[in-house]
Amino acid sequence: MSARPSPTTTLNEALRATPSDTITPATAPAVTAAVGDADSRIPLRSHLRHTGALIRRNLLWIRQDPESMFDAILFPVIFTLLFVYVFGGSIGQSLGGGQEAYVQYVVPGLLAMMGMNMAQGVGTGFNTDFNSGVMDRFRSLPIGRGSVLFAKIVVELMRMLVACVVLMIVAVLVGFDITHWPGLFAAVGLATVFGSALMWVFLTLGVTMKSAQSVQAMGFLVLMPLQFGSSIFAPTASMPGWLQNFTEYNPLSSLADAARGLMVGGPVAHGLWVTLAWSVGLTALMAPVAIHKFRTKA
Amino acid sequence: MTRIDTKPSGATSAVTVRGLVKHYGETRALDGVDLDVREGTVMGVLGPNGAGKTTLVRILSTLLAPDAGRATVVGYDVVRQPRQLRRVIGLTGQYASVDEKLPGWENLYLIGRLLDLSRKDARGRADELLERFSLTEAGKRPAGTYSGGMRRRLDLAASMIGRPAVLFLDEPTTGLDPRTRNEVWDEVKAMVGDGVTVLLTTQYMEEAEQLASELTVVDRGKVIANGGIEELKAKVGGRTLRIRPADPIHLRPLARALDGLGITGLAATVVDTERGSVLVPVLSDEQLTAVVAAVTARGITLSSLTTELPSLDEVFLSLTGHRASAPQDTVPTDTREEVAV
Repeated sequence: MSARPSPTTTLNEALRATPSDTITPATAPAVTAAVGDADSRIPLRSHLRHTGALIRRNLLWIRQDPESMFDAILFPVIFTLLFVYVFGGSIGQSLGGGQEAYVQYVVPGLLAMMGMNMAQGVGTGFNTDFNSGVMDRFRSLPIGRGSVLFAKIVVELMRMLVACVVLMIVAVLVGFDITHWPGLFAAVGLATVFGSALMWVFLTLGVTMKSAQSVQAMGFLVLMPLQFGSSIFAPTASMPGWLQNFTEYNPLSSLADAARGLMVGGPVAHGLWVTLAWSVGLTALMAPVAIHKFRTKA
Repeated sequence: MTRIDTKPSGATSAVTVRGLVKHYGETRALDGVDLDVREGTVMGVLGPNGAGKTTLVRILSTLLAPDAGRATVVGYDVVRQPRQLRRVIGLTGQYASVDEKLPGWENLYLIGRLLDLSRKDARGRADELLERFSLTEAGKRPAGTYSGGMRRRLDLAASMIGRPAVLFLDEPTTGLDPRTRNEVWDEVKAMVGDGVTVLLTTQYMEEAEQLASELTVVDRGKVIANGGIEELKAKVGGRTLRIRPADPIHLRPLARALDGLGITGLAATVVDTERGSVLVPVLSDEQLTAVVAAVTARGITLSSLTTELPSLDEVFLSLTGHRASAPQDTVPTDTREEVAV
């Protein structure tokens, strides 16, 4: 006697939504369009309206509490300065240059980390939000199943773009040479795609786990090895063979490689495909779970 | 979609619940609940914490799926037609369900947009409801800065945006001081005047009497009594005497004396220090007379003597022979303490 949407339906809906899910905020309407299609009783226009209203809600939060932008602004500043001035000299030498060589190496890597950092925040922030009374109200309204989550992701991607802009400003100040603007935009686009996929993972943790603290701890445990077992901060050539194999398919490493290729030249294809495969896979797997958990929470 | 008429009188049932069951592991939160709320009436669901009241409201507002049984609201099935159902209900949760970071106006505007009002209509409705719930002044402030009463009023306003046919109020005044509670009651009465059907859960007989025309008493997931308020009051039979000595110094001697009378009312004699009075439950006019005689015999001057409705505990004791399953304060605003004799 359960008319709860069966997992299959949810999966189908989300699979249909997948291709557009992973794209930048500019294409957000496409996201809701895909769901509107599957969720036929709520028209597309309503979906846009609901998601738009909820985006406005999340933006008002930022206006009410501007300090919530600190992470997006300070993280790229601190990490760039830290890595360039602490490791820049010694790693730069092994790259056959100096600190300047390391700046060119590490900035694309830091760009790859932006999505990861924002996504972690999504999990903890949404967990707190999810446990508040207002979610009960949202869930008792005749709105699309995913609206609340889509809106959250769109706003987080906007925050991530702010972080990317800050990163590039600091990078230029410490000597990064932007040689190829289209490449830079492509790299930011790819980082956004992967960022949104990671956000679905953390939204799932956010709606599943009991407390914001456990979401944070869990995120830290998963992301720490991915972050350091990668080519983000240093070339992988000197790492042991097994670790190199790991980095080969580590999405963060692939994203860093692809971003590096796009921004300063070098191979792009392998990193690009591995990153896209991870992005599509994670979204297809986690978005339906997140939406289902969101709807059926006791 | 068919409407289900359950009352032979022809009155349409706005909410129909049949054999509703919900388990949480071993716990049976709802254990076969039947309920009918007629259109345009206020149904009070009275019970202690853990009786299943909130679970019932969550199922009726589609937040929770039942394990067995069925329920319809204005003819829509909670499980099969959740989307249509959500369009005709309003919900005010036990804890104010407003976004504390958003200003009051923005809260209402957001809900309006989520209910598919145009920008203009959503703005108009937000202004109108802020005005009606006396929140216009505070409309620009984040709801987190509101007092408890203001937050509840905003919450009620938010549930009224879609002009719901049925309103669910889950313990609307829990945790409010007496003045604020009266404010909320007035608002609810005004809404009922507009023809909304209300299902309200409460732990307080007084609240049920103020707002509801019919009452369903629940305990441990089961309905233990239902009917009109007057009918149930007659069934319970008890009253509570509130005796206030002119001099508070007489409070405890008075309580001790009354306790010594051996009146076996529905509950123990208690002292309400905050309001300087002694509460004695009595069952009959003889008992009432005996209490008055005892007070006179002691020569204690009284400033007032009033009869009150029985508390939840007393209602339970008379209906089931046991106290409400989770002991608690039975009158929202009182600080009662048992007399230590």
